[in-house]
Amino acid sequence: MENTNKLNTNVPLEYQTETGKLNILGFWIFLGAEVALFSTLYAAYFALKDGVMEGPLPIDVFDFNYTIIMTIVLLTSSFTSGLAIHEMRRNNIKAMVVWLVITLLFGAGFLYMEIAEFIHLVHSGATLGTNALWSSFYLLTGTHGVHVAIGIVWITLIIFQALKRGLTPDTAKKVFVSSLYWHFLDFVWIFVFTGVYLLGMVK
Amino acid sequence: METENKNVQANRFPWSQVIGFLLSILLTFAAVWVGKITDLSYSQIAIIVFAIAFIQAAVQLFMFMHVTEGEQGKWQLGKMFSAAFFAIVIVAGSVWVMNSMH
Repeated sequence: MENTNKLNTNVPLEYQTETGKLNILGFWIFLGAEVALFSTLYAAYFALKDGVMEGPLPIDVFDFNYTIIMTIVLLTSSFTSGLAIHEMRRNNIKAMVVWLVITLLFGAGFLYMEIAEFIHLVHSGATLGTNALWSSFYLLTGTHGVHVAIGIVWITLIIFQALKRGLTPDTAKKVFVSSLYWHFLDFVWIFVFTGVYLLGMVK
Repeated sequence: METENKNVQANRFPWSQVIGFLLSILLTFAAVWVGKITDLSYSQIAIIVFAIAFIQAAVQLFMFMHVTEGEQGKWQLGKMFSAAFFAIVIVAGSVWVMNSMH
């Protein structure tokens, strides 16, 4: 399993094994691929956003203050996820778990707000099939929302494992990699917020 | 060991996270201000808010994710730069082709 004879205790747990180091590098490469995925959806939205034969325009149905709150909620969860890693590196598993749970609560809050927003939009006549703009809108924001949902399930499972096994090079690596994923969700949302919501509100 | 784990010292206040968080909030509201309050043209607003978005993305990468950390830091950073290049080519290229090439 782990290459434990190569332990280097001068570095954080997650970097101590060869497996850990390679998993972390591999995860960065995965994030590069995720950038490409979201870029195509983003490109579709921008190429199709003027395809509005019928149906409401973003400026008529977006509640901008609501979106700002969603943005702050997700940003805060990214911040608390960073604090969890900080505590993990101080070997404080209790504080780490507390910050991770807070992170997940903010994540769930974001997801709840996004679903409520989708319901509001559908009631306002902007559905997946309304026109090209709304199809690409739901595809982009929906893919992001699915990533958030997967992240919540994934990190929940990792919390259970970390509590059961304690902080080892293996569990620390999993917590670390999942926190990279979580920061990445906010990274993507910055561009969704800017390109879709903010520019959608500009006349 | 030269692992360059600048942000890894334990028992220290998490400055990079706190400063990154405050910067992100500040930049979010700066973008909102440019988009909603000023009366620049659409394309001027788009350029400015996307510039702010890229700065925020960099804050996320460097201050939260510590992209340069670890022995493979250079590769991680290189991967993110190549991903940014792909993203710009895909998005700007698609928009260009769809809007002015037909």
